[in-house]
Amino acid sequence: MTNPRYDVVVIGGGPGGYVAAIRASQLGLSTAVIERENMGGICLNWGCIPTKALLRTAEVKHLIENAKDFGLTVGSVTADIGDVVKRSRKVASKLSAGVKHLMKKNSITVYAASARLGDEGSEGRQIVLDTGEVITGGAVILATGARARELPGIDVDGKSVVTYRDAMTPETMPKSLIVVGSGAIGIEFASFYRDMGAEVTVLEAVDRILPAEDSEISAMAGKILSRRGINLKVGVTVNSVNAVSGGVEVVIGSEGQTDTLKAERLILAVGIVANTEGLGLEGTAIELDRGHVVTDEVMRTGEAGVYAIGDMTGAPWLAHKASHEGIIAAEHIAGQPAGHGISREDIPGCTYCRPQVASVGLTEQAAIDAGYDVKVGRFPFKANGKAIALGDDDGMIKTVFDAQTGALLGAHMIGPEVTELIQGYAIARKLETTEEELMQTVFAHPTLSEAMHESVLDAYGKALHF
Amino acid sequence: MAIITMPALSPTMTEGKLSKWLAREGDNVRSGDVIAEIETDKAVMEVEALDDGVLARIGVAEGTEGVKVGAAIAEILAEGEESQWGNEGGSNPPPAPSENAPEGKNTPPAVTPSSVGVKTDGKDQVSAGQGRIKASPLARRLASERGIDLSGIRGSGPNGRIIRADIDAVSTAGSGQPATKAPAIPSPVPSGEGESTLVENSQMRRIIAERLQQSKVEAPHFYLNMDIEIDAMLAARKALNANAPEGVKVSVNDMIIKAAAVALKMVPGANASWEGTHTRLYSHADIAVAVAVEGGLVTPIVSRAEEKGLYAISREMVDLAARAREGRLLPEEFNGGTFTISNLGMYGITSFSAVINPPQGAILAIGAGEERPVARNGEIKIATMMTATMSCDHRVVDGAIGAEWLAAFKQVVENPVLALG
Repeated sequence: MTNPRYDVVVIGGGPGGYVAAIRASQLGLSTAVIERENMGGICLNWGCIPTKALLRTAEVKHLIENAKDFGLTVGSVTADIGDVVKRSRKVASKLSAGVKHLMKKNSITVYAASARLGDEGSEGRQIVLDTGEVITGGAVILATGARARELPGIDVDGKSVVTYRDAMTPETMPKSLIVVGSGAIGIEFASFYRDMGAEVTVLEAVDRILPAEDSEISAMAGKILSRRGINLKVGVTVNSVNAVSGGVEVVIGSEGQTDTLKAERLILAVGIVANTEGLGLEGTAIELDRGHVVTDEVMRTGEAGVYAIGDMTGAPWLAHKASHEGIIAAEHIAGQPAGHGISREDIPGCTYCRPQVASVGLTEQAAIDAGYDVKVGRFPFKANGKAIALGDDDGMIKTVFDAQTGALLGAHMIGPEVTELIQGYAIARKLETTEEELMQTVFAHPTLSEAMHESVLDAYGKALHF
Repeated sequence: MAIITMPALSPTMTEGKLSKWLAREGDNVRSGDVIAEIETDKAVMEVEALDDGVLARIGVAEGTEGVKVGAAIAEILAEGEESQWGNEGGSNPPPAPSENAPEGKNTPPAVTPSSVGVKTDGKDQVSAGQGRIKASPLARRLASERGIDLSGIRGSGPNGRIIRADIDAVSTAGSGQPATKAPAIPSPVPSGEGESTLVENSQMRRIIAERLQQSKVEAPHFYLNMDIEIDAMLAARKALNANAPEGVKVSVNDMIIKAAAVALKMVPGANASWEGTHTRLYSHADIAVAVAVEGGLVTPIVSRAEEKGLYAISREMVDLAARAREGRLLPEEFNGGTFTISNLGMYGITSFSAVINPPQGAILAIGAGEERPVARNGEIKIATMMTATMSCDHRVVDGAIGAEWLAAFKQVVENPVLALG
């Protein structure tokens, strides 16, 4: 009996894996995807998408509550958390169905199974499925993603102490909530639960929230979130978390002082761990570095014919990074000439709290540390007509240029719809525009994007409206 | 049909001499017949016909030197075959060398036409006729700041687009030796009774010494002087500066660079280098300007100065001079000029003779601009005058050419409007 053979077998059907499969199929390669749960992975089922649905509910609620500012009188708003979560799940399942359709359309075989690497055969690498089947891949792309990191001594019970998955399907709204970790995931949940009415406390070990962002953006986000009533505690360590009746008790430490906090629920959002177990990596030439699979520029691992992409290969843990790596791997397998790999500085990052935060490239401090002589521009949304008309004018856009060459080193934004705006700067970076092209670009009026233009102008002392 | 091309006698051979034709046009030849002899300084080789047929065309005359490997030298046609001469990709048929070389005092002897024999200067060659160069704005800016010619770069971006990484790669590859920054602190070495100090010569000092000595030994220098009135140029400069973009101030030296470049276009014979069997004629005026730096001097280059406006030249010189003093010039920014200007006017020097910067054929030494009494139509008038001294390498620039060039230079300086032509 011969095993089914594919030119490419992708293990993991998340935004890295399924995109890699589509690209491979487009390039004429016979392709299979193995997914143990739902096509679309965490992103689509338990991450990016369902949380955006929840945050949209929070945004609508916030708008209604402030209807009077817009001259509207409406009654009080009551949230039915069951319906809120139901909508979020519906959005996710609609997209997951869409991915299944894409697999069919691209003639990609989908196996619902867990899988591990088997032996190298004459026709390629064997993949052993937990269904008992064995298939062969001319090339293999590992795309198994990552899961929430847990902390030793903290018992995640899925009720009072939860991680992202339970946090996005609450059965009840807690009166009080502690979020451990102030990265994108922690801050998004803090923002959602606060808008839905919970008392929220965020604990962060370093000295500012959103530590990956430019420090000015962190500071402004801290100010606005505090104003929204979110209690931010930075520079604190979590000494213990204990379940008590009615919730959790958390002992935190800061500068030698300890303090005890109580809340109905606690969300642990302290990073992720790559899913590398049970894949049969042991004994292969695939190398791990701090838990992540090591790859080269075209996503090859140390083992011939085996590629790895996405979260399992390291930060930034973002769906769009995984997809892009998937395309690079598929094109390399198909023998297309390798372009330049992805530069971390070209990957935008977005946080969908209220107000939104988005950035691409180097922070001002990182640029200075890298030895650049920088020119920095800032423009507040308070001076942007569209933002004022929207009634949403908190925030700013900061741009960092290399004073010597005019290269756009980084852009950092906080404010209305900045997760959409950031793409403008991402394109500018990829095309290697200098400040001159950005200045000469005509920005439509009245738009939020005008603030992007003004920030660039400000870097060169030419801002018009501030 | 067979186009016979110049064969390589060794893997490193790039050109050779076609010393003798053993067959004539119209001769019937058979495969294996020896039809020509070629030679390098090391060897002689016979060229055989590869096909039977008629030697339809001989493309390179007997005795032609410097025929490039791979260039078409002859064509053999079978009966009824049509000539492919000139259609052959990559190997252009050479015109007959001797007929093309114009005779006259302007042209140095032994110039071979460029399409086959002469190794042409790469940077003049690449950009011509290639159409649009795809490059990112940042790459363009970095290239212009670093004096890198984009036309010579293979882009690694989408569809061959030149991106920053390509420019960085070229810069790093080229910047092996920081030739400008010398160990500045003299390290005193006890010598005798402490009457003198022994200072170690920097790499730059040694290179200057070596090259200038080579120049004086190899290039037979002669010198031409001319007094030039610069009032019109000063007036033009004033007008230019009154309307200059912010931050730009055109200097007298910038005006001289431009005038020299224009004069080189008018008298191209002065824009040349001696290369033994050949004379290299440059198609662009890449003007090197001597800049004093700590421990010596460097000569950053304003390339294609004849094509540039004065504001552009001024901006470029400010940047080049500043970086020259900081020791941050890239090698390509100070190597490869075609003509040099040395200006000591700011020290009050009236006139001086400069040593030619090899392999260039001439250098222009500029003295101070000063008011002098001049006789005009039997009257004594006061005019702002400057004395320019041209040092020429007699091997490539004869007295008449040098004189013609200096006259052209004077004409441009005294009629700055000619720089617009």
